[in-house]
Amino acid sequence: MGRIVGGIGLSHVPSVGPAYDRGKQQDPAWKPLFDAYVPVRSWLEKLKADVAIVVYNDHVAEFPFDKYPTFALGAAESYAIADEGFGTRPLPEVPGDAEFSTHLVESLIADEFDLTVCQEMGVEHGFLVPMNLCFPHTQSGWPVKSVPLQVNVVQHPLPTARRCYKLGQALGKAVSSYKEDLKVVVLGTGGMSHQLQGKRFGFMNEKFDQWFLDELEKNPDGLAEISHQRIMEEAGAEAVELIMWLTMRGALSRKASRVHRHYYAPMTTGMGLITFED
Amino acid sequence: MGQPLKPIPDTSIFDLRLSRRGRRLNKMCEALCSPAEREAFKRDEEGFMSRFKLTEEEKSLIRKRDFKGLIEAGMNIYAMLKVGSATGNSLYKMGAQMRGESYEEFLKTRNISGAV
Repeated sequence: MGRIVGGIGLSHVPSVGPAYDRGKQQDPAWKPLFDAYVPVRSWLEKLKADVAIVVYNDHVAEFPFDKYPTFALGAAESYAIADEGFGTRPLPEVPGDAEFSTHLVESLIADEFDLTVCQEMGVEHGFLVPMNLCFPHTQSGWPVKSVPLQVNVVQHPLPTARRCYKLGQALGKAVSSYKEDLKVVVLGTGGMSHQLQGKRFGFMNEKFDQWFLDELEKNPDGLAEISHQRIMEEAGAEAVELIMWLTMRGALSRKASRVHRHYYAPMTTGMGLITFED
Repeated sequence: MGQPLKPIPDTSIFDLRLSRRGRRLNKMCEALCSPAEREAFKRDEEGFMSRFKLTEEEKSLIRKRDFKGLIEAGMNIYAMLKVGSATGNSLYKMGAQMRGESYEEFLKTRNISGAV
């Protein structure tokens, strides 16, 4: 049967993509971020996950506002690299597991999560930056298959934090009811504190971010009650992406324990990292 | 239940009402995800804006590179990054303008300004 072996909460800051592509891992300004993932990758190599479910948001690349899904799940054999307005990054297509996705769709919709199902889906920095950091590709491609789960955290009204947490719980049930032996890692991406528009551009709040990491580990049920209003007031308008970390947390079992934790906020975004083993 | 968010100082809340107002602008930005459309924009910005039926006011905001004004007119920040890219304005340059600072002044406010 399917089994979730780990969960990761991490930021998906777009500037990490070009820094990665240009080999800036040892650049003093970037080194603290990239170094934090060295032990995470060793840990992931031991976990030997078959599939990464990546909970992320698109940034007006694959999903324009003319028709805008609240939750969209990929059900494809591979995912193209999307051009989000700055050119297509030199990365191989990401392999999917369409059979597994199909099972997730059946289970989640039976569980009353009425997803948009995507048989073609390009992926961009919201998905790719976390993959670059956790599952870097080599000449033979990506080391895991992926299932992208796109969430509307951009055009309000957004799904509530509680809804995202419940989606995670339903995802956990869906994975465990899969007939094949499959090891799964769930990535919840985005945030932490940041605001990218208005006079408050560049606003960050490390105190809030550290509190969020504490609560995510120790009190996820309570954290799931947080309002969009509170996140946006205390951590910046774009910090509301953090509700996607609750989907990851909801997918884990009660016995999941925290493994890594890191925080670095050089420019305009609190870049958090937390991992759980299940 | 279902109430719009309360205003937050110095912050734009991109909700469906604002998204509807900015629809023309955002539709134009969405097109910039194609290399051919980016070239078309760079070649003939006026023609490009007219093709997407921007109002005179919207065109003026683009001509002036008034990023604060564009956000207030309903352009989504992630859509705006594509215009920024096509016009040589990085996120941080646009952000400095929105804060009312020079780029150099803005960089001084950052923890590690080399991580760009």
